[in-house]
Amino acid sequence: MKKPTISLIWIVVAVLAIGLIPVVTKSVTLRETVFIMLMYIALASSLNILLGYTGYVSFGHIVFYGIGGYVAISLIEYYGFSIIPAMILAGIFSAIIAYALGQAILKLRGAYFAIATIGVNEAIKALVENLEPIGGAEGIYLHIDAYKPYGGPENAIWLSYYLMLAVTLAVIIVSWYVKKSKFGLGLLAIREDEDAAISLGVNTRSYKSLAYALSAFFPGMVGAVFFFKNGNIEPGVAFHLTKSVEMIFMVMLGGFGTVAGPFIGAVAYERIRGYLLVSEVFKNLHIAISGVILLLIVLFMPRGIVGFLCGRFPKLRRYLE
Amino acid sequence: MIDIWMDCLISGILLGLVYGLAAIGLNLIFGVMRVINLSHGAFIALGMFTAYYIFAYGLNPYLGVPAIFGLGLILGMITYFVALHRIIDAPELSTLLSTFSVSLFIIGLGTFVWTTIPYAIDVNLGTVVIGNVTILGTKVATGVISVTLTALLYVFLYRTKLGKAVRAVSMNRTAAELMGINATKILALSFGIGVALAMTAGALIATIFPFTILSGGVYELKSFVICVLGGLGNPLGALVGGLVLGIVENVATMVIATGLVPFIEFAILVAVLVLKPKGILGGEV
Repeated sequence: MKKPTISLIWIVVAVLAIGLIPVVTKSVTLRETVFIMLMYIALASSLNILLGYTGYVSFGHIVFYGIGGYVAISLIEYYGFSIIPAMILAGIFSAIIAYALGQAILKLRGAYFAIATIGVNEAIKALVENLEPIGGAEGIYLHIDAYKPYGGPENAIWLSYYLMLAVTLAVIIVSWYVKKSKFGLGLLAIREDEDAAISLGVNTRSYKSLAYALSAFFPGMVGAVFFFKNGNIEPGVAFHLTKSVEMIFMVMLGGFGTVAGPFIGAVAYERIRGYLLVSEVFKNLHIAISGVILLLIVLFMPRGIVGFLCGRFPKLRRYLE
Repeated sequence: MIDIWMDCLISGILLGLVYGLAAIGLNLIFGVMRVINLSHGAFIALGMFTAYYIFAYGLNPYLGVPAIFGLGLILGMITYFVALHRIIDAPELSTLLSTFSVSLFIIGLGTFVWTTIPYAIDVNLGTVVIGNVTILGTKVATGVISVTLTALLYVFLYRTKLGKAVRAVSMNRTAAELMGINATKILALSFGIGVALAMTAGALIATIFPFTILSGGVYELKSFVICVLGGLGNPLGALVGGLVLGIVENVATMVIATGLVPFIEFAILVAVLVLKPKGILGGEV
């Protein structure tokens, strides 16, 4: 195990600090905002393990969030599981699905892979909409009694909040260790030149599948916590393609392939979105404005905020790797 | 009983032709510049609304097809220079995201202007009766126009100098440039034609089904399936893919629940990608 460097420590401290604000102030509004922010950080950081490290663009990554949500809610509602084991099983299930899928679709490169991931998301969404045992198009509503073991809905919401904080910290730490490990070096080699990586002895097939599974594990848990707190799950919300794109947006905004990038991107995105949604002038135009911002980033700041800052101020590199 | 099957089959073929037309636009762009145009669906929706206004001003939307095609050509070329020219040689992620941001922009503005309420074009061309099968005139008209446009595109690509230049750039851009072809012009033109085809297909679909600004997304996904079926980058393969999808969509509803049809479509998509990534026909432009 490598010793954590300053680049990891400050992010962990920052996430903890943000996470503890609502706990100290006991503010419910703040808790809701920070919950969403933590969710964005966790989703963006887990996508970054695949997108940022291996360069494979998963346009349908939200499928694992949906799968995790469905697994956890079904376990809780039909089999009386408690949220923590349900959440862990949801993550494991998502990871297994990703590993199996990865064996097939990760041999596709570039655009072909991107289209295949959209196809997977839409196929699973259509399938779930027609599976009556798990609610079909209506989805599943958690019975209010499901919250009893935790001391009522209010306490259950706080529990979900802490779980989301824990998952977020776990993603960040794992993505840092991956980047610093030999495994991570292999992934970066795949991103730079896959054929060269193969010829130098990187087992690209299992590396890619493992990275895919890892980047699906955390969204599965995030989905479990989110839908547990939400109280219901339906296919349209769980497998919403726009959310996939939000994840990509955050990674790109912050800077892909870095540990700090997804964190900065997610926080910035949540703030921009919050501002656009409440502003009188922009509230109806927020989608169009997001489009313009994304286009500007892609055209003029392809390495995101982190890349831009590191280019301008080389001394920051120690903190923003 | 056989009549119902015939009815589904003919509807499927006619719809398949227009789906194919939409997909050809996507495929032409991919073939020439290796860009997956994620704003495809937004342009299809834009075509739907253009047709709606043409109809609202008392014109037959089918007669407006050349105007819609021309508008698409101009919008597509503008989009190319604004969103793609700078990053045309960058990795796929950049072009995927830049075309997606164009889509966000169009859909955002469209939601602002038209909200997401369904619109419909109530054009009536009577019916065509063949034996015991009755087909709506609008479906026949869209099918005929789609075939005509596809044929025109074929003539353009294989019989004109400009079309040959498009194919040359698609095969090898560097070599084409060395032969004196202005690649930037060809790339912009191809993107324009791709968008024009998307908007025209949208206009045609709008005369059959009701639509919202978000409807384009559904047809964009269908276009992906079709392109993959026919082979990515092979414009005329898209016509075959379109026919297959149109028929599957209409005939499958006879056998299984309508809700499961998308599952079948996307399962086919992933299976073809994994097993036969060059499509049923394979090959290039």
